[in-house]
Amino acid sequence: MLKTTALREAALSRLRQTVAQIEPAEALGRQARGALLIDIRPAEQSAQCSASSACRISRDKLELQIEGVAADASQSLVLMCASGVTSLFAADSLLRMGYGEVYSVDGGFTRWQQEGLPVASVEALSAEQRQRYARHLTLPEVGEAGQLRLQRATVALIGAGGLGSPAALYLAAAGVGKLTIIDNDRVERSNLQRQVLHKDASTGQPKVNSARATLEALNPDTQIVTLNTRINSDNGRQLLSGHDVVIDGSDNFETRYLVNDICVALGIPNVHASVFRFEGQLSVFWPAQGGGPCYRCLYAEPPPVEFSPSCSEAGVIGALPGIFGTLQASEALKILLNIGQPLVGRLLHYDALAGRFAEFAIETDRSCEVCQRASGRCG
Amino acid sequence: MLSEVTVVIPTALRTFTEGEQQVVIEADTVGQALNQLEARYHGVLPRILSADGRLRPHVNLFVNETSTRASAGMDTLTPHGSVLSIIPAVAGG
Repeated sequence: MLKTTALREAALSRLRQTVAQIEPAEALGRQARGALLIDIRPAEQSAQCSASSACRISRDKLELQIEGVAADASQSLVLMCASGVTSLFAADSLLRMGYGEVYSVDGGFTRWQQEGLPVASVEALSAEQRQRYARHLTLPEVGEAGQLRLQRATVALIGAGGLGSPAALYLAAAGVGKLTIIDNDRVERSNLQRQVLHKDASTGQPKVNSARATLEALNPDTQIVTLNTRINSDNGRQLLSGHDVVIDGSDNFETRYLVNDICVALGIPNVHASVFRFEGQLSVFWPAQGGGPCYRCLYAEPPPVEFSPSCSEAGVIGALPGIFGTLQASEALKILLNIGQPLVGRLLHYDALAGRFAEFAIETDRSCEVCQRASGRCG
Repeated sequence: MLSEVTVVIPTALRTFTEGEQQVVIEADTVGQALNQLEARYHGVLPRILSADGRLRPHVNLFVNETSTRASAGMDTLTPHGSVLSIIPAVAGG
């Protein structure tokens, strides 16, 4: 019977013949010339300290996540483990996958440090965060870099009502670093049919207080900033400034146009949803990104008052804002992670009674007084 | 022979269409389709067009996925089997 150590040594011997091994200093040089240096040690180790500018993907995730950092198979890759052994196996695997130029750093990170090459302490997730966000970390489109990106992100939510409730819950659960919740209403019992941030015992409390309690209990990582105020033309710019994304979950046209105009002026993506009885609409208004339309391009003016009953007058099926608030959270996460195609220039419409989604193209109105003026296109 | 067009009625206007979610109409243009709709369900048209016959600024009409504002307005063609969706602004949250 062949001893297993002999099997391993035979494999290593073969890999040393087939995988190119380079000195740490050469790895640094190749990195400077465009090669991608990947620290493949376990995340807990690479999180402490790694080579400067190295990308970190642990060995067990390498094949699954490599496409996220090297979409081109001709990209030169330099793999570094702790001692230079694991990286041989990993390099062999990537070569088999079809990557054309893969190197293993001889002596690994231990030798890198011994030779005094540049290292950097890196921002990292804690062990508890790794558990919490495990299903994100597995996604090549998110991974640790994406999760850290979410942790640095700030989102403002206009309204902690039917739309704001699910949006805030999913953004907090996803680990967005800071949520600013703007609402000056108090919880009423009639809200509880759809506003799932609030509980029966919260009735009578300011909505922002109830929202904070629910969200902090869900995820202590997320900082909840509450503003028990109504956004208006005097305070709006200051309230929204500095946020990466705005979620418009307001319940009236005046606020929706105001939020649109401020977001356009500040260049912030406005993830818009609105609901009525059994129907909902969703879009992302972000003219600063590629000149897409704003809310006023879609609806130049609000309807006459007699044509626009509020939810309290018209009613709304409880699950509908749940669907649309969750879609808003999904669009916000895509924008924060810079993945996929945000719903810019498109209107997603859902009719719950018919059980039918439809998508419509929204054109930029070249005479729009708001987004075209902001972009300097309007004379 | 006129084209058969399915007009999708928004919730807000279903009080005019006796609760119908969609109505099949024969028309070659958006303008013809709306006039047919008004003939069948009196009172619905002023919710879509202003007194001067222009599309109200809080309403969009889409033939399939394309806005009539981006095509020929009321003269936009409605090919056989097309879907004309009436989408008014809503503000609920």
